[in-house]
Amino acid sequence: MRRLVNQHPGRGGTILLCMLPFVLLAAAYLGYSHARLAENPGDKLLPAPATIAETIHRYALEEDERSGDYLLWIDTYASLRRLLMGLSISALAGMALGLAVGVVPYVRATIAPLIAAVSLIPPLAVLPILFIAVGLGELAKVTLIVIGVAPVIVRDLAMRAQELPNEQIIKAQTLGASTWQLVIRVVLPQMWPRLIDAMRLSLGSAWLFLIAAEAIASTEGLGYRIFLVRRYLAMDVILPYVAWITLLAFVMDWLLRLLRAKTFAWAAYR
Amino acid sequence: MTQVTVKRLWKEFDGHVVLENVNLHVDDHEFVTIIGASGCGKTTFLKMLLGVESASRGEFLIDGAPLAAEPGPDRGIVFQRYSLFPHLNVLENLLLGLELRGAPLLGRLFGAARRRALDRARELLEAVGLKDAADKYPAQLSGGMQQRLSIAQSVICEPKILLLDEPFGALDPGITADMHALILKLWNTHKMTIFMVTHDLKESFALGTRLLVFDKVRVDPQAPEAFGATITFNIPLKGHRGAA
Repeated sequence: MRRLVNQHPGRGGTILLCMLPFVLLAAAYLGYSHARLAENPGDKLLPAPATIAETIHRYALEEDERSGDYLLWIDTYASLRRLLMGLSISALAGMALGLAVGVVPYVRATIAPLIAAVSLIPPLAVLPILFIAVGLGELAKVTLIVIGVAPVIVRDLAMRAQELPNEQIIKAQTLGASTWQLVIRVVLPQMWPRLIDAMRLSLGSAWLFLIAAEAIASTEGLGYRIFLVRRYLAMDVILPYVAWITLLAFVMDWLLRLLRAKTFAWAAYR
Repeated sequence: MTQVTVKRLWKEFDGHVVLENVNLHVDDHEFVTIIGASGCGKTTFLKMLLGVESASRGEFLIDGAPLAAEPGPDRGIVFQRYSLFPHLNVLENLLLGLELRGAPLLGRLFGAARRRALDRARELLEAVGLKDAADKYPAQLSGGMQQRLSIAQSVICEPKILLLDEPFGALDPGITADMHALILKLWNTHKMTIFMVTHDLKESFALGTRLLVFDKVRVDPQAPEAFGATITFNIPLKGHRGAA
């Protein structure tokens, strides 16, 4: 008998094992839901799959009685727009500042401590300031995501840039590279895959800030909807919305990973 | 013509003397090999030539002018490892030096200029035996191939001086012989001055036209950091100048 650390599941086994926890969770949900509904058909906490399906149909495929909108799609569009704007602004700012901090000692000495300090401010604590300063509109929500995510990306990329072997930087200079050329031909191209990694890791917090901002002041959005229907204990809405948010986050993560693999083939050889 | 002159050179780090009273004159197209025990300052000496470290006292002159205080295209370097660019394939790695020189703003060449540069890069690639690996990434190459590329990368910029910091130290003994032949060929074709730090005594005699031995002349057992190393032997060798 080989040691446990040397035993690996086969291909089929891997798939079965990865399904197992999900199946168990689903089974547990169905069991509890059934038991509660048998006792009290009006129970709202663990709605039956049929109720959930009906709600999904109503939200995704039927016009809302009051507004005439397809709520799920309105909410998804609003949230994704805010999230992608926040993430792209953070990525671009993160790349520009991270490179400057990582490569130029004078810039590092000037703004690295500031960025370190800013990154320690809890973003939700400045949300009231944002609401006061820029109002309750889209700008406040996007800014919250940027404030929460950008400093982390800046610090991560600055560290990654400094981690490049000094030999490379010196070699480039002996090949005649100016500071600018060093940045655009040597450091920047090697930072793209790392930026994607940083964005993948930031996805979770970006969603967190988005939903927090939407919960407090919004008129549409996935986070807004969840917090709106919470008042009616509408678990049949909340559960599919949470699942939908998770799926969106998963797809974004997967797309970023795919982009990294397809675009930066060299990074796979390290 | 490239002449390197070192006059009464000292190097200290925080009271720790690494090099003391180094004097040297090297003529054009010499192949200088440098040996010495670990920590005797031979790499520090090379770094000063490179412009990464500065002298505490004394002068470092190239053709009578003080050495620039930062690395530049007149002095090429080949490190033991890590000096290739992992995001560029072999051909692009080689092309980089030409592109940096030809395009200050974008660092990329286009059209006819790019084709000329590509021709030159391919020619050199063939000379160093990497023609078939042109579209591989550095991480896909063996150690010997990586060092060939790193040497070619420097040579394509036609530096006056080429610095080699234990370039073959991490290679299999079987490959080193090929590398020796290659470096001698390039040295003869491109007429540069080479400084090479090595651990291998045989290598230093086989390649060099001048052998420098770095060692400490004075040692204080109570304060080992008080005295630095200097050139204890400066031996002209026959070298391979006549051979090629």
